[in-house]
Amino acid sequence: MSSTAFVGQRVKRLEDPDLLTGRGQFLDDLKLPGLLEAAFVRSPFAHATFTEVDAAEARAMPGVHAVLTAKDLPPEMQGKRILLQVPHPEITYSVTQEPLASEEVCFVGEAVAVVIADSRHLAEDAAERVIVDWEPLAAAGHCETALKPGAPVVHSCMTDNIAGRLNLAFGDVDAAFRNAAHVIKERYEPHRGTGHPMECRGVAAVYDLTGDAFRIWSSTQTPHNTQRALVDMFGLSEDNVRVITPDVGGGFGPKNQVYPEELVIPAVARLLGRPVKWAEDRREHFLTTTQERDQVWDVSAAVDKDGKFLGVKGTLTHDAGAYLPWGIIMPYISATTLPGPYKLPAYKMAVTVAFTNLVPTTPLRGAGRPQAVFAMERLMDAVAKELNLDPAEVRRRNFIQASDMPYDMGLTYRDGAPVMYDTGDYPEAQAQALAKAGYDDFPARQKAALAEGRHIGIGIGNYVEGTGLGPFEGATVRILTNGRVAIYTGAAAAGQAHRTTLAQICADEMGVNVTDIDVVGGDTGVMPRGAGTYASRITVNAGSSVRQASAELRGKALALAAAKFDVKPEDVELTYGAVRIKGEQGDSISFEELAKMTSGMPGYALPKGVKPDLETSGYFTPPQATYSNGSHVAEVEVDAETGQITILKYTVVHDCGTVINPMLVDGQVQGGVAHGIGNAVLERMVFDEDANPLTTTFADYLMPTAEIVPDCDIVHMESPTPLNPLGAKGAGEGGTIPAPAAIVAAVENALMPFGLRITDCPITPQRIVELIRDAEQQNS
Amino acid sequence: MPDGLSKRTVSVTVNGQDMTAEVEDRYSLADFLRHALGLTGTHLGCEHGVCGACTVLVDGEAVRGCLMLAVQAEGCAVTTIEGLANGDGSLSPLQQAFMDNHGLQCGFCTPGILTTLTAYLRDHPNADEPALREALSGNICRCTGYDTIVRAALAAAETLREGAKA
Repeated sequence: MSSTAFVGQRVKRLEDPDLLTGRGQFLDDLKLPGLLEAAFVRSPFAHATFTEVDAAEARAMPGVHAVLTAKDLPPEMQGKRILLQVPHPEITYSVTQEPLASEEVCFVGEAVAVVIADSRHLAEDAAERVIVDWEPLAAAGHCETALKPGAPVVHSCMTDNIAGRLNLAFGDVDAAFRNAAHVIKERYEPHRGTGHPMECRGVAAVYDLTGDAFRIWSSTQTPHNTQRALVDMFGLSEDNVRVITPDVGGGFGPKNQVYPEELVIPAVARLLGRPVKWAEDRREHFLTTTQERDQVWDVSAAVDKDGKFLGVKGTLTHDAGAYLPWGIIMPYISATTLPGPYKLPAYKMAVTVAFTNLVPTTPLRGAGRPQAVFAMERLMDAVAKELNLDPAEVRRRNFIQASDMPYDMGLTYRDGAPVMYDTGDYPEAQAQALAKAGYDDFPARQKAALAEGRHIGIGIGNYVEGTGLGPFEGATVRILTNGRVAIYTGAAAAGQAHRTTLAQICADEMGVNVTDIDVVGGDTGVMPRGAGTYASRITVNAGSSVRQASAELRGKALALAAAKFDVKPEDVELTYGAVRIKGEQGDSISFEELAKMTSGMPGYALPKGVKPDLETSGYFTPPQATYSNGSHVAEVEVDAETGQITILKYTVVHDCGTVINPMLVDGQVQGGVAHGIGNAVLERMVFDEDANPLTTTFADYLMPTAEIVPDCDIVHMESPTPLNPLGAKGAGEGGTIPAPAAIVAAVENALMPFGLRITDCPITPQRIVELIRDAEQQNS
Repeated sequence: MPDGLSKRTVSVTVNGQDMTAEVEDRYSLADFLRHALGLTGTHLGCEHGVCGACTVLVDGEAVRGCLMLAVQAEGCAVTTIEGLANGDGSLSPLQQAFMDNHGLQCGFCTPGILTTLTAYLRDHPNADEPALREALSGNICRCTGYDTIVRAALAAAETLREGAKA
């Protein structure tokens, strides 16, 4: 039995002392002897072909060691593209990026050459002198126009821009619409943004001739994916490719794929026999790091006379960008997320995934869910308006009840298992959120504000989120000969405090303090297999592995001590960092001694029946995803003259099952909401009609700041899941997912006197002023 | 040879230590600290002066390390995150408040936030929440959603006030 001295407590972070004193080691901080630095030559066009790259002048510049184009890369890279992460049978053209484009570029920023020099400054100087004979081609700049007949093709080898089609359905949709008292048809357009971790991407590589081995450091969420891609590209054994994540300055999804630079830099390090590093700058991040959220939803709801949903049908057009590093899984997640916490008898969604000449889209905090929740929650609001009901009441009439759990929605999730909600009380979550938000009093507040000429509004966003995705994550737990306990895991952290969380879980099993535990994560050298930090899956997968491995190790330590004392295992117990014979004045043996006994040290004999090494290792494999849920309520004020939006109050009820560390979960939720606020009112990647990015600095693309993001009122409900030994569900993305829906609903509600509707996001001051002007013109 | 390659010797006092290094004229102060002096605690988040991650103190004032050239710092006293701890190496009240209040997640923006607040709280020991939010509005943090940073700053301000009284 484990105690819970640490699990459930607001344990302070083990990560903090180093990070607070400048001792963190991020990618660009690595000091490798003889290090060279790289800069890439990138396409200024969204679509172009080229035949010649003239690097003669660049190669002759001082401090330049090499300039490589696609044809200069090693033979095993020729004609190859990056390994596709998530294959799917409905993909029409499984195209990922080449390490360096060889003849055609398909988005602004795609790399065609790499310059290696003594410093980044010199490498950039030389990159400017590389001449490419560009032949610009017509480009497709938006997912909807890209699908129109005669649209420019994104890839010259294709005849259209369809990357894949998906059809998801259950129930009798035709009957639902035949029998409907009301049919509401809407069109929703969430827009592109990106993750913008404060640390951009980066990779450094060392090649050791002895052993034909690479050591690669990458600012990635998924070192094992990088390793797999390198193994695939170079035809090596995993033993020869070690990928290590140093401290990573935020991820949020876009550091979850393998990028061309992660293949090119190791190749160059081997070629030159020198360590090589590339650290992405913010401009490159805007151009080349994956983005997400452009979708067009044409959806209809069939409801009965009381506002109960009979069915939803429609089409979803999803912007894939130029390549499919993560296949077409994101629109699939969108389509399976739409029904959310509501009982939907019938559903039919036809998804078209469109290539565009834009940087590829891959999962970004929420991964297709914020858009789906936006569509469904906005539909709920539209139904409320049509039937003259309170938006909260419409939701109440449609909720799946706690007594319905487990609830089979009728679809298959991305992991191949049915979408089967495991636990949760959705009506209660909304009820608590409304109570905290003062929802019942709001009409009076709104009336009073309006009398003063102030426009305030309230909006609701509910969601259910598949988290804790398999297939597995692993952990090894070992008692060290210095008496400390070490956890090794493949899971890579980017600010989530894995060290603290995993140490809490282990400490309770091993009867030690969290500060007695070392955690080594994100290194393929310490854990041979791993999936990665995405899909809010690490606590569920790695955490459960640590729990299981620690429990087993505890048993091993007890058995070893019992053998040493020649007593039965049940006669010994763990005390702090030692095992002792139960009862007063029982003999005791420290972890240090136990570890030494099994370490192979001369002079220590193994008791009979005891196996060497005091460690255990295991991979937890969840049977299916576990479903987190929550309810958000936003209250905003809108200045109808300037369009300025102020978020007055933000309430979150969040259910991620068992909470391991409430301080950390609060942090995930608050930070997630901040990201959602960006998606709701600020952040938009704008491209012109030729697919040129127009927002490439933080002066053009606005990020949430301390003046904009309110202190969220966060309530934890805990519906533990039976699907893992911790009862935990994912918590990393739920803050973001419903925020755009709730905030946009609140803005629309605030502007009710103007009778306008908001169907896109972000909703910026400029857009609000436009909508008010349009509404006033229509009404006059 | 491009103009940028001409070099000068720059002498600065960093965290109380006199340091001299040769640097290309075009190097920013942040690049100088990181590459010439090996002080990698100062981070670069955007290199166009918006995110504030590279903020350091130059003669006590919070300055963007990416917008100031190294040669402009000649003769100045520079304080970076490596110089914020107490003399005995323990966490300063501000650093401790960040640990106690979960004021950081990935920690990448933290150096700039700590330096910004060090200067701000020195000049505004009684700062309230709206003032702190405004003071922090030039520092982008993608992880925390700012609330815990504001709590940490308020807690640190209180500790510093008590320390001043004692």
